[in-house]
Amino acid sequence: MKHAMLINYGLCTGCQTCEVSCLKEKRLDPEEWGIKVQQIGPKKLGDAWEWDYVPVPSRLCDLCEERRAAGKPAACELQCLAKVIEILPLDRIPQRMEELGGSKVTCFMP
Amino acid sequence: MTSESKPYITEEDGVMKVRTCAWSPPGDHPVGCGLILHVKDNKLVKVEGDPDNPVTNGRVCPRCLALDEILYSPERLQSPMRRDRDKRGKDAWEKISWDEAYDLLEEKIRGIWRDYGAETIFTLTGTGRESTLYAPVYGPAICNTCNGASTYAFSGEACYGPRATITNYLLGAGVPEIDWAQYYEDRYDHPGYEVPKYILVWGKDPLYSSPDGFFGHSIIDLMKRGSKIITIDPRLTWLGAHAEYHLQLRPGTDAAVGMGLLRVIIKEDLYDHDFVDKWVYGFDELAAACEEWTPERVQEVSWVDPEQLVGAARAFATNAPSTATWGVALDQSKASTQAAQCFLALCTICGYIDVPGGVTITAPTSFIGKWRYEMSDTISPEMAAKHIVDPDGKYELFNIGAAMGGVQGDTLLNWLEGKWADWEGYYKLRMCWIIGTNPLACMADQPQRWYQAMKDLEFVVAQDIFMTPTIMALADLVLPLSTFAEHEGLVTPNYGRNQHFIGAMNEAVHNPNTKSDLEILIDMGKRMRPELWEDMSTPDEFFDAMLKRTYGYGLDEVKAVPAKMAGYEYRKYEKGLLRPDGEPGFDTTTGLIELSSPVLENYGESPVPYYAEPTYSHISRPDLADEYPLYYTTGGRHISMFHSEHRQAGTTFRRLHPWPLVTINPATAVRYGISDGDWVEVASPLGKMTQKAHVTEEVPEQLIHVEHAWWFPEQDPEAPNLYGVWKANANNLIPHEDVSVTGYGAPYKNGICKIRKVDSLG
Repeated sequence: MKHAMLINYGLCTGCQTCEVSCLKEKRLDPEEWGIKVQQIGPKKLGDAWEWDYVPVPSRLCDLCEERRAAGKPAACELQCLAKVIEILPLDRIPQRMEELGGSKVTCFMP
Repeated sequence: MTSESKPYITEEDGVMKVRTCAWSPPGDHPVGCGLILHVKDNKLVKVEGDPDNPVTNGRVCPRCLALDEILYSPERLQSPMRRDRDKRGKDAWEKISWDEAYDLLEEKIRGIWRDYGAETIFTLTGTGRESTLYAPVYGPAICNTCNGASTYAFSGEACYGPRATITNYLLGAGVPEIDWAQYYEDRYDHPGYEVPKYILVWGKDPLYSSPDGFFGHSIIDLMKRGSKIITIDPRLTWLGAHAEYHLQLRPGTDAAVGMGLLRVIIKEDLYDHDFVDKWVYGFDELAAACEEWTPERVQEVSWVDPEQLVGAARAFATNAPSTATWGVALDQSKASTQAAQCFLALCTICGYIDVPGGVTITAPTSFIGKWRYEMSDTISPEMAAKHIVDPDGKYELFNIGAAMGGVQGDTLLNWLEGKWADWEGYYKLRMCWIIGTNPLACMADQPQRWYQAMKDLEFVVAQDIFMTPTIMALADLVLPLSTFAEHEGLVTPNYGRNQHFIGAMNEAVHNPNTKSDLEILIDMGKRMRPELWEDMSTPDEFFDAMLKRTYGYGLDEVKAVPAKMAGYEYRKYEKGLLRPDGEPGFDTTTGLIELSSPVLENYGESPVPYYAEPTYSHISRPDLADEYPLYYTTGGRHISMFHSEHRQAGTTFRRLHPWPLVTINPATAVRYGISDGDWVEVASPLGKMTQKAHVTEEVPEQLIHVEHAWWFPEQDPEAPNLYGVWKANANNLIPHEDVSVTGYGAPYKNGICKIRKVDSLG
């Protein structure tokens, strides 16, 4: 079964732990990235502030296949300060998105 | 090192995995995040979060993930170095051995004892690093001086000390903290624990700073469990943007906002009568003090929208349990005491003190607390009488040792500058020992004045992991410190003032070139005052003895687990667990929480809060309003940096956050012809500095925010440039000695300024 990266980005705080976790785990060139946090806002939409961070995995992300094969979570999944990253089998994704409240959740297949 | 019989080491494919808890140097306050350090052939090859740590559960900030870049930085200090006194400010260091360094230090201290007296030696320390535990002992137990203890090159002791002291006076306890189930192994699932309905976050951005022992992202844990947020902050933080109420105040007006919140709760009768009747002293006086602070009056002074103020007050008071946390912003205004009184009063009258999901408090505890006190007590009464105080009688609270035992920071600069040179009790200071602090970059108000005042001392010794602008400017001898990955230690969250666990810091990598603050203390203590150090051997034996003496368990028990959790008892005031005499109540003069404080009155301060306009504002200085049309606040920082650490070029830390940023509202930027990324000079009536424009709606139009503690290790190290330490220095803007009558609180975070686009950093 293929896996995907589910991100509860409504609670992503932009800490960049995922970026550094990946750099170190994959020993990437510092100019490259396996995942990068994008910032949207802050801007008022109507009465409320919109301010989101969305980590986006690159083609260098293999969802930490090796770690997962050893029974360990992906580096970013383990170390994410807000615990908003989950690597899940594809067929678990819709249900989990719903469990997370059905708002500001996304998923990536890098 | 081998894994043999060490419960914190496992081995896999020739890689040693060493469990430890982090505490700067480098990286963080005593949050003690659980790490697994992967070590191969005595080299750190990877840092991984410890999933078994009950507090952090494997989560790690970028700072510790890139720990290897600190350990193996080519710029790291790896040998003691000396420099001729007439070459201060020059990069003219000579490497020497540890024995030579200790010999030199001993000779200098003995010379100063003989020629000038031990009182002419003073120590400086910083805040937040591991040295917080040990630095206060260097003065008395090595140098035999009365001018050590917790002394900072810092106006108004404006970090933590004010909050710790006011809590001590009003509640007779250590600092309050959010109840984030931090005391329990089973955390949020602990029977009897309740999730706070609202979390009031005041003057703090804990997600990125994780201050003092609080793991900031536990707020996200609580939001996932239903907690809602109220923020009080001049800036719109990410948390503020996700808050139900955001009280965006003018910096420095916290007491007005606090009294406004209290007034709503009292007038609308939303407070906890039962708790107030039984456990509070001075409620009526507090209510009277808040009387004039209608929402409209609060708005006039603080800019805060009345609807937000009233809504926040109601939400906080009527949703039990709720909780609150306060940040350094409450220390960093002249009116810090009054703001802190309001904060504690809010938690108190709503009945949130020491209840599940409320605010945790404990009696202060420290595994070395008693020992530290005993060591401080080893100086003679004649020496103690020479402790530097303001000869004009100011800051009586410091003078009689009621605070943290050090020299009040503003008094120290005045003394160094010779303000009282003609006074009969005056003597010239001759030597300074700088222990884990970089004041010229980080905390010194008017840093160039501190530089001038200290540069002619007879002898200056400093210890750190990197060369800093302060050391380059002032020191004759520098001792290289080991990082937390390279020595044995213990992490004590909140410095023992609300200590939910003790964590073992285990040596993962052996570095023979460096030593810890404690090792240096022991080595030099044995040389200088051997009578005090007879029983002292290794750090591990010391930790073991101190733990057993204080808590009844030894070091083995701490090392056996990821974190030795303390457990927590709620409503201790009902059970006689907060007072040394075992009686119910609080450890205060009345046995109650003192919302009108007889102790403060004793020190010349009002017993109840009041509002005092900041010294530099458009209201108090209308004559300056045209020239300085904007307000500034300071001190927010990026998550990749801790105080003045992590500025080394080419590192992950600098890649994540390459330059110091001045945050400017887009409308303001247009008005001044400034674009994102431009260099911008910020000038207050007292000084100026330059940072790069970050144009965003995080600040309102009238306000800018500047970062603190910047220096540029890639720049010319020598004086006068000193790694560019004066160029982007927020403290150039800050007045000297604009503090309260207690000597606590200084306006690091509020003042007036003008801005203009410039071509470069300068």
